[in-house]
Amino acid sequence: MERYYQEEIECASRETIRNIQNEKLVKQVRHVWDNVPYYRKKMEEKGVTPDDIQSIDDLYKLPFLSKNDLRTAYPYGLLGTDLKNCVRIQSTSGTTGKRVVAFYTQHDIDLWEECCARAITATGGTNEDVCQISYGYGLFTGGPGLNGGSHKVGCLTIPTSSGNTDRQIMFIMDLQATILCCTPSYAAYLGERMKELGYGPDDIPLKAGIFGAEAWSEEMRRDIEATLGIKAYDIYGLTELSGPGVAFECSAQQGMHINEDHFIAEIVDPDTLEVLPEGSEGELVFTAIDKEAFPMIRYRTRDICRLTREKCSCGRTHVRMAKPKGRSDDMLIIRGVNVFPSQIETVLLNNGYAANYQIIVDRVNNTDTLDVQVEMTPEMFTDNVGEIADRQRVLVDGLKSMLGLKAKVTLVAPKSITRSEGKAVRVIDKRKI
Amino acid sequence: MSLKQISVFLVNKPGTLRTMTGVLAANNVDMRAISLAETREYGIARIIVDDVISAVDILKEADFVTSVNSVLAVEVPDQPGGLNTLLEIFAAEEVNIEYMYSFIIGTESRKAGMIFRVGDTSSAEPKLTARGLKVLSQEDLQQL
Repeated sequence: MERYYQEEIECASRETIRNIQNEKLVKQVRHVWDNVPYYRKKMEEKGVTPDDIQSIDDLYKLPFLSKNDLRTAYPYGLLGTDLKNCVRIQSTSGTTGKRVVAFYTQHDIDLWEECCARAITATGGTNEDVCQISYGYGLFTGGPGLNGGSHKVGCLTIPTSSGNTDRQIMFIMDLQATILCCTPSYAAYLGERMKELGYGPDDIPLKAGIFGAEAWSEEMRRDIEATLGIKAYDIYGLTELSGPGVAFECSAQQGMHINEDHFIAEIVDPDTLEVLPEGSEGELVFTAIDKEAFPMIRYRTRDICRLTREKCSCGRTHVRMAKPKGRSDDMLIIRGVNVFPSQIETVLLNNGYAANYQIIVDRVNNTDTLDVQVEMTPEMFTDNVGEIADRQRVLVDGLKSMLGLKAKVTLVAPKSITRSEGKAVRVIDKRKI
Repeated sequence: MSLKQISVFLVNKPGTLRTMTGVLAANNVDMRAISLAETREYGIARIIVDDVISAVDILKEADFVTSVNSVLAVEVPDQPGGLNTLLEIFAAEEVNIEYMYSFIIGTESRKAGMIFRVGDTSSAEPKLTARGLKVLSQEDLQQL
């Protein structure tokens, strides 16, 4: 049976959701106009006033915010309330080189943790569960967000944070953890280590995992599920909007439900910025309609995905977003072709390789080169040089048809690619442009 | 009786082979034969040992990827034409050889051994023994 944390909201009629959004949006735009001079100036430049925003149908009139705005307005320029009302900041990992600092009032933290509680409950979590949180704690939102959600659900929370893998495994086994929260690459690594220690899927007490903060493929999901003997759920979020829990997966595993009572989602064409019809692929844009301290309006996520309002078998009515193809920040442009690391991962996993890979991009004689380094696995190794070459060729062909680009595939020694305890470093771009 | 050969994946970097032999030495594994196949990017070491199962475990423990295959070890008289006589029989029986390498059977015996990887080990073996060739078993190897 599907469990809900707040059934009346999560399964509300579309009309109710729309009414909630209309009311909150009108109020939020007024709040921002009155409190955030930076955004008010943007509205004035576009000739928009709060009076022009009567419902979510008017959303398109509002100016966008981007990571660039966050940088320009750093640190306080987008603050929506007095600092004395703020109780915390969180900050991004800065993997893309632009660190974001986001502010929270107690109200903002409550709504964020509530979103995480919905995600945990959607995996079947109750106060009888033991929830181990192996996301980093600290500035990174992963640990604090899921920690708060776990408390709200009433799980026994194990705040291991990231790192010290053998200690993580000791807690999972000794305290019989049933839910694991961490990045998918770390979940894969934990699984690999547990296998080495002789724990099979039936020995591992975990039953569900909530994995996010980086792009991962369906194939990687299946691998993690098989190794740990769990059902693996995706979760989505951005520090700019709160953190994990902006959207989460239900038992149907057919996209993530966006918490629409707090966030309005749009898909726009990343070039023309025009709003695209439902089902189109484009850049995901969010408006946080409930946040006080950091009220993002039409924030461009750079994530490329699709939305669907089709009925979901879990009973939730909130719009679903497909797994983002990748953050456009992660996107590589190689010989003019857009390449997402997640596409490469899909090809590798489909061909029986592990998700331990590294993508090395370089420029030789003014031409971009793409080298995909893959760890040799016992399944892929044979005594026959010709067969190994055939398997490499299959991989090169698979990459070619997925990316439209010829890549080199290099087989490297097992365990030679550094394992990450947080976000995996998948790409090394040596090009000096 | 066919023999088990362990193949080990080695990346093309100085010291990789030494790491493998170091692991085997530290665990007192006695190699009976070894050969190295190379490609531009990586190599495969093929080794024959007495205790295959524990050697595979030791290598796995040290993060080497291995594969175990059946090969034929055949005695060859250590004299001119010895190998030629042997290969005539292979040819007559239409046994296809993928690769081969040699090893020594004692210093006194005037005999050498050849390891053959053939297309179909199980059907090749009775054909060769029927023609009077001595195909060594894992036990024979341990006696040497």
